[in-house]
Amino acid sequence: MLEVRNIDVFYGDVQVLWDVSFEVKEGEVLALIGANGAGKSTTLKTISGLLRPKRGEVLFEGSPIHTEDPFRLIEKGIAHVPEARRLFTEMTVEENLDMGSLKGEARKLREKNKDMVFDIFPRLGDRRRQRAGTLSGGEQQMVAIGRGLMAMPKLIMFDEPSLGLAPILVKEIFNVIKRIREEGNTVLLVEQNCKQTLGIADRAYVLETGKITLEGTCASLLNNEHVKKAYLGV
Amino acid sequence: MTAPQIEVFLQTLIAGFLLGGLYALIGIGMTLIMGVMKIINLAHGELMMVSMYIAYWLFTLFGLDPYLSVFVATPVMFFIGVGLQKFLITPVLKVDSILPENQVILTVGIGMVLSSLAMLFFKSDYRSTPVSYATSAWYLGDYWKGSPIELSLSVPWTVSFVFALAITAGLWFFLTKTDTGKSVRATSQDPQAALMMGVNVDRMRMLTFGLGSALVGAAGCLFIPIYYLYPSLGGQFTLIAFVITIIGGLGSTAGAIIGGIILGVFESMTATYIGMGWAPVGRFAVFVAALIFLPGGVASLARKRKLGK
Repeated sequence: MLEVRNIDVFYGDVQVLWDVSFEVKEGEVLALIGANGAGKSTTLKTISGLLRPKRGEVLFEGSPIHTEDPFRLIEKGIAHVPEARRLFTEMTVEENLDMGSLKGEARKLREKNKDMVFDIFPRLGDRRRQRAGTLSGGEQQMVAIGRGLMAMPKLIMFDEPSLGLAPILVKEIFNVIKRIREEGNTVLLVEQNCKQTLGIADRAYVLETGKITLEGTCASLLNNEHVKKAYLGV
Repeated sequence: MTAPQIEVFLQTLIAGFLLGGLYALIGIGMTLIMGVMKIINLAHGELMMVSMYIAYWLFTLFGLDPYLSVFVATPVMFFIGVGLQKFLITPVLKVDSILPENQVILTVGIGMVLSSLAMLFFKSDYRSTPVSYATSAWYLGDYWKGSPIELSLSVPWTVSFVFALAITAGLWFFLTKTDTGKSVRATSQDPQAALMMGVNVDRMRMLTFGLGSALVGAAGCLFIPIYYLYPSLGGQFTLIAFVITIIGGLGSTAGAIIGGIILGVFESMTATYIGMGWAPVGRFAVFVAALIFLPGGVASLARKRKLGK
């Protein structure tokens, strides 16, 4: 479904990604794990069109998207739930969800999808008219995920959804991602929290200082000595 | 206070409110642009001047009432604003990384060119539109026989105020109820996140500059029945708009409305109780006071209350 082919990405003169390639298949949860500064968010931003690869290409359903205007990707079916949530803090919860459904089919089904989001996160329903900036961190993450779902994407990308959340909330968020996948969606999940991530993903790639160093099914990675030592702390 | 004193006070307050409504319209235009583009549009007053000339010539050549020219000048100013953003400001945005102040300096240049062009074409004569209702007013005594005090409402000031209110209400509806309006607000809060939501951020910037210009253009048409027009009038209104946005809080629309009213009332009070010539001094007294005592503007007060801090 999504194919990243040999991309090199730079911030100014500094190269951040070296020859990164991977593939997300339809209906799976693919995890991209790695430490701080490994280039995980950079990879997602490149897929979203916010950064341009200097070399290589990104294909979605067979056609190149790395040359597209970034605002067209949501219409194509790619939603990005960004790192640190990036909500519109001065707008209400409901307005944030509206922003997730500006285009096409999602616009028509906005009210129905809102009910679906409030069904997944009942707490947001109670706070629909509250300004997003006044919510707790966990609730803000729920809004960010809800906003991504409102676009009815074919592929939804999560950038460290567990960041800064209490363990019980992390569990809740991961359960939601599992549920999203069970409904037939394709998920690209970027995480540092390896144990939980490998628990719900089908396959994973390990990113280290801008290069893909390992790949495989989650079961094989969980037994890999390097992964155990570097990421699982066992 | 004796009855005549109360009368003067209330009359001053009314005049302040009417002026404040127009100021709010000017301020909202600037605050919108500031919110989305993160720049101070220092050509704001000059854009208003251009619109006033449009209204003036429509009146002088075709006898079109200035209040009707709102419907002509506002769309014209919208397209002028879109054009300025597209052909002048956007290209400069691309060198943002070198000197972000470039765009602000550019707006100063735009303002200078506009006022010099006006000077060149229209000379520095003072002009006005002598409408038939210029000095007419409604008197309280006519409606309430035996009223203990006498108050009056100037017809053109009141009509201008009502227009300003209607435009502001329309803008509020646009910004809160339509997808495009929400996209404008989203762009001002987080342009990158807006991009991810599918918002064409460049187009929103053009739209915003157009809207800001259209709003100040509408204000120009509403001002001309009650004001004089001359080429260098813009600078003064740029400053007024700037003061309003500081009082209201940068980028806050509701703040700009309150800021406009505060400034209007304050100027009116200064004019009545200290002297006509002191009104601009009063304006800057409010400005400095706002910077010292309320650096975030009125908007910061509202935010604090909502968070319960």
